[in-house]
Amino acid sequence: MALLEVDAVDVFYGRVRALQGVSIEVDEGEIVALIGSNGAGKTTTLRTISGLVRPARGAVRLAGKPIHTMGAEQIARMGIGHAPEGRRLFPRMTVQENLDMGAYSRRDGAKVKHDFAWVYSLFPRLAERRRQLAGSLSGGEQQMVAIGRALMSRPRVLLLDEPSLGLAPILVDAIFDVIREINGEGTTILLIEQNALIALHTAARAYVLETGSVTLSGPASELLASADVQRAYLGM
Amino acid sequence: MSAATEAAVGGRRPAPRIRRGLRLAVSQGQFLTVLAGVFLILMLLMIVQDGAGTAGNEVWRGLVLGAIYALIAVGYTLVYGIIELINFAHGDVFTLSAFYSIFLAGIPGVQEGFFKRFFGFDINHLAGSSPGGLVLALLIIFPISMILAGLTGVLIERVAYRRLRNAPRLAPLITAVGVSFLLEGIMFAFFVPPAPPGQPGLGTPGAAYPTGEDGWIPTTHVLFNIGGSHGVVIGANDAMVIVIALVAMFALAGFIRYSRTGKAMRASAQNRDAAQLCGININRTISATFFLGSALAAVGGVVYAMHYHTITWNQGYQFGLIAFTAAVLGGIGNIVGAGIGGFLIGLVEAFTVTLIPNGGSWALIVVFAVLILVLTLQPTGLLGMRVPDRA
Repeated sequence: MALLEVDAVDVFYGRVRALQGVSIEVDEGEIVALIGSNGAGKTTTLRTISGLVRPARGAVRLAGKPIHTMGAEQIARMGIGHAPEGRRLFPRMTVQENLDMGAYSRRDGAKVKHDFAWVYSLFPRLAERRRQLAGSLSGGEQQMVAIGRALMSRPRVLLLDEPSLGLAPILVDAIFDVIREINGEGTTILLIEQNALIALHTAARAYVLETGSVTLSGPASELLASADVQRAYLGM
Repeated sequence: MSAATEAAVGGRRPAPRIRRGLRLAVSQGQFLTVLAGVFLILMLLMIVQDGAGTAGNEVWRGLVLGAIYALIAVGYTLVYGIIELINFAHGDVFTLSAFYSIFLAGIPGVQEGFFKRFFGFDINHLAGSSPGGLVLALLIIFPISMILAGLTGVLIERVAYRRLRNAPRLAPLITAVGVSFLLEGIMFAFFVPPAPPGQPGLGTPGAAYPTGEDGWIPTTHVLFNIGGSHGVVIGANDAMVIVIALVAMFALAGFIRYSRTGKAMRASAQNRDAAQLCGININRTISATFFLGSALAAVGGVVYAMHYHTITWNQGYQFGLIAFTAAVLGGIGNIVGAGIGGFLIGLVEAFTVTLIPNGGSWALIVVFAVLILVLTLQPTGLLGMRVPDRA
């Protein structure tokens, strides 16, 4: 059984259908990528998993347990960490406070301390800026805070929405190094990425979304070799 | 990460511009300077006109009234900060809480209090017995009135605002005005002295509700007298208002800064989606916000009833608007700003009363002129948010 299952989900915004019969499985310990063009429904898929959007049909299950009927805050407590589109930091809180909010629902104070150290070791830049307001950071630093905040809940599944958006190329590689490192320490990851090349090189498996439906899926290496994917997403 | 990457991350963007209302807008620094200058000049004018003693007494009286505005303003700013609603019913929660305290304590010779009737325990007597008894009486009356007012605020949000949270902005605003009328109607029905026999109607609209001529702290008790018989007199009664207001506001500021619920409130105010993703229950957090705001208004209400001896059923309307002005002056959404704004508006009233002939009737006009000026020149107020939300 997959750790995270999205099962034949339909989502509507008003009358507009955003997702149609989307099914995605993520196994424990995997990195799975969701690729597709703008408006294909990638962000909506993640927002549905974390409960910010409710599906009209279908189910989302975490370790076999349906979570799509729960509130977003309950889902967060169940073990879904989400670094959302546009980072969504608390701009008038410090870096430290932002990370602290990530651990909001945890009661294990000693381990939280340990995880602060862990996040700061993943992003040494944040340790230097811990007393600075998050709203005053650069885009790359904000991305680190967003990922760090999601990690502070010690999620079973980490959802990352466009971790590379707006970052300098050298920083994109660095962020993806950290993503692999996080995964190496046992966190399951589902990520969205515009940059299909780096996504497919990082993930074990991937799904291609087009206008709200999954059109292709399989091992990342197969998708990399697929002529359709190469033409549409890799510019070859 | 490598050193090169860190350097790439490090470059800070130039200071972001804050959205301003009109082209007239001035910078926060200019605004503060002008404001400080104007206050200084008015103060000097007062001293020249009435002498230092009278001027000092008027300023002191303004500060006492300002403390009460400040306590109410905090509630406006808290609620606005988290759900961007101007809670027009807030001023009436202030009045209602004053009536709660009167209901609890009673008025000697007029009305038996709750404690006396049900427990045979006269809290007014306790308050008058000794300084220790007074402190004890305050420690009984304040928490209970605050809790009652807090629950009232939670109930109002639950019944009137929650369902409208995602409705167009105007809907909850109009609802808030409706709740305000509703509360005033309830207070009118319960707390207006009955009409004289033979006259129609429930009672006399606008009639004051006597909270007793001799308060718990006699008005004649002078704490300090600076400068002799023509000097500044600081009564214990006045000092109590300011001390209690400051303690309540600092306690609230500390709570918001350091407590778990306070952090959840700040996070929810800054980004609701992200707060939910962190496991914060938004409904519970908004309830907590209404509870705290209403409890602070109750501090103001109880202090008001004790200090001014009369309270009227529809007084919350005017007090609410003035306190809202204070919140805007301080920078809506900013708690410290609301506190400072309250004291400043109290001073504005004091200046108006002393400097303008028949100034009492000009007080409201001047206060609302200040509101308009602030909204035009500096919509973000004295301490408006300097760090913008960057999506």
